[in-house]
Amino acid sequence: MSVFCEVPQAAPVAVFKLSQDFNNDQFPNKVNLGVGAYRTDEGQPWVLPVVKKVEKIIVQDGSLNHEYLPILGLPDFRSSASKIALGEDSPAIQENRVGAVQCLGGTGALKMGAEFLSRFYNGNKNTKTPIYVSAPTWENHNAVFANAGFEDVRPYKYWDAENRGLDFAGFLEDLESCPEHSVFVLHACAHNPTGTDPTQEQWMQIFKQSHCFRRKLFVFFDSAYQGFASGCLDKDAWAVRYFVSVGFEMFCAQSFSKNFGLYNERVGNLTIVARDADNLKRVLSQMEKIVRTTWSNPPSQGARIVSITLNSPELFTEWKDNVKTMAGRVLMMRAQLKAKLQGLGTPGTWEHITEQIGMFSFTGLNSKQVEYMVKERHVYLMASGRINMCGLTSSNINYVAESIHEAVTRVQ
Amino acid sequence: PLISWWGGVQMGPPDPILGVTEAFKRDTNPKKMNLGVGAYRDDHGKPFVLSCVRKAEELITAKHMDKEYLPIGGLGDFSKCCAQLALGADSEVLKSSRNITVQTISGTGSLRIGANFLARFHGGPRDVYLPKPSWGNHTPIFRDAGMQLKAYRYYDPSTCGFDFKGALDDISKIPEQSVIMLHACAHNPTGVDPKPEQWKEISDLVKKRNLLVFFDMAYQGFASGDIDRDAWAVRYFIEQGHNILLSQSFAKNMGLYGERVGGFTVVCNDTEEAKRVESQLKILIRPIYSNPPMNGARIAATILNTPDLRSLWLEEVHFMANRIIKMREQLVAGLKKEGSSHNWQHVIDQIGMFCFTGLKPEQVERLTKEFSVYMTKDGRISMAGVTSANVGYLAHGIHAVTK
Repeated sequence: MSVFCEVPQAAPVAVFKLSQDFNNDQFPNKVNLGVGAYRTDEGQPWVLPVVKKVEKIIVQDGSLNHEYLPILGLPDFRSSASKIALGEDSPAIQENRVGAVQCLGGTGALKMGAEFLSRFYNGNKNTKTPIYVSAPTWENHNAVFANAGFEDVRPYKYWDAENRGLDFAGFLEDLESCPEHSVFVLHACAHNPTGTDPTQEQWMQIFKQSHCFRRKLFVFFDSAYQGFASGCLDKDAWAVRYFVSVGFEMFCAQSFSKNFGLYNERVGNLTIVARDADNLKRVLSQMEKIVRTTWSNPPSQGARIVSITLNSPELFTEWKDNVKTMAGRVLMMRAQLKAKLQGLGTPGTWEHITEQIGMFSFTGLNSKQVEYMVKERHVYLMASGRINMCGLTSSNINYVAESIHEAVTRVQ
Repeated sequence: PLISWWGGVQMGPPDPILGVTEAFKRDTNPKKMNLGVGAYRDDHGKPFVLSCVRKAEELITAKHMDKEYLPIGGLGDFSKCCAQLALGADSEVLKSSRNITVQTISGTGSLRIGANFLARFHGGPRDVYLPKPSWGNHTPIFRDAGMQLKAYRYYDPSTCGFDFKGALDDISKIPEQSVIMLHACAHNPTGVDPKPEQWKEISDLVKKRNLLVFFDMAYQGFASGDIDRDAWAVRYFIEQGHNILLSQSFAKNMGLYGERVGGFTVVCNDTEEAKRVESQLKILIRPIYSNPPMNGARIAATILNTPDLRSLWLEEVHFMANRIIKMREQLVAGLKKEGSSHNWQHVIDQIGMFCFTGLKPEQVERLTKEFSVYMTKDGRISMAGVTSANVGYLAHGIHAVTK
């Protein structure tokens, strides 16, 4: 008699199932616009040249070993990663009130932040605190906060499907009417999955009209695409830095999966901005306890690569170049896709393709049209209509544009 | 607002094990010894990167692989050879594919996934029975996952050995379907392992009580120097019909500490059940870290799957284990030479990285204050921190505080 005979089969994670189905498809012109990883114009994964260089440095450095990192991670990585998010000359950093926890990817950073909040925010172990995530949002956000114990994970209005843009009025409404002490998970840039970001003026209004301070709201940024969105690190960090500048204590979960192409090395950083050094110290000491029972200490390889790169002027410059290359190709694909759809006379407006930013685009295709794309055209995208722009190449963009055109004209 | 959200957050207590290293670093005594954290050191007291690891890294670099996300359950090649290493290549479990093995964030990550899995799916009592004592981190891991902790007698301070009778007595009273944690080999922190005949009796009793067995195997190969010998208990229990949970770490036996290489295995009734369990493990893993890190798992898989690297590894693991054994012998010889009248046989009988010296907290404190020998309060020393150069000094210090 097995203890596990009652264990039900869980549904597969959608984005991975999509890739699996794609892999099993024999159609020669199949296109994978699913999972979020960068691809070259040849449709291949791209190990950044600067990463290859640094890996060689590491392998040849006989003084390096595989000893445990400290619980909170590699110190040089943590500090340089936080500088990337907040800016080299961030007043908060100069005031010694910024700390960080090296984590396993952006997911790990969100997890650590969520676990901390569930223990120490808004009282002790107050799992009833509402956690607001955008509608829609990265599907794992819900699970991360729910698994940290939060009972009330709710959506804030974000995507306006009808107008294919930001539902700014709705967003403000939810901000103004949410319970005090609510936690808001904000996408720093390149919103996943819509690719639609507030403008700088809108960010300022979000801060002003929500009366975040008076109403004691907590801001938790998810920054998975810094540099990858516009090609410029500082521009993509504007929202995060703005909120720091107006005086927030906050968390920022950073991922180096995309902007360093280090997906499988799990390089992430939870940047913590506190009121002062003393509060920061106590927060970090409690973070250690949470880390210790989850993974004890983080993996060293990826953090080493990032740290060496960020701390060397030449390598840092080379990295910024590599990032521009990736962002540039995405921008080009956006422009070309829009042009082709407009050229085909595909019904509807396609401005959002170039107005949106980052890896993803919310095409606006409905689930029936998506099904058509997958089944009839072997173009794989998420049921939400989300496509990964990196999946587009000069060889497949015509086929994809035609497929979208067919889906829109044949399926309602 | 000028008030911090975190005004009420207390300073967390320093981690007892890692705290020892912090104190050691601050000490300026040239003769200081760090016998705290359990990482292997060579006979010069230096960290040791295995040759098979360096060779594997060269092979990997030459392949120019991409950095795409691993599946949630990790590198397939790794999970396979990880399970094979523990269960044996000819294991019936592997042949019938009735295990699910996922790559985890070393031993800690494996235990945590296991604990989360139990908390969500185990229909039996919430209690996990740990040996007394056990690795300090076991308790908070299970607790944070939502389980409760109880203990069974294990270490006998009067003999510095195994309290076999006490263990059987306590185990016989554990409520059915409870979870019992067993250290596969090189018990941490005591270094005291049951003998094969004793394991057999434990297995029978555990079966009779219908307990769910969770093995923690962090030192395979590192204990006796022989990977099959160290996995004997795990394999015996499986042969006896226990469908076990198993955590493995490659931190020590491959020296891959900071790369975080581990595995979690659930032995199921059949492939179908294994598939259901696998699907749920993925659901547990995804909201923690999405998918595991590649580097260490790739190194481990390369070593295990490349015949001459595997042989080299077995030699190096044997070498590390042997150095530890030699240090144990030299420490006892040193204590005899100092004129100690105590029985130190347990130092040789115990196995693996750690030795429960039997020192009392006051003696430990003196050893630290007067001799700058750093160890945990329970009298545990990491033999890896002992070298031929300092074993005499250690014997001298221990004798001084115990005579």
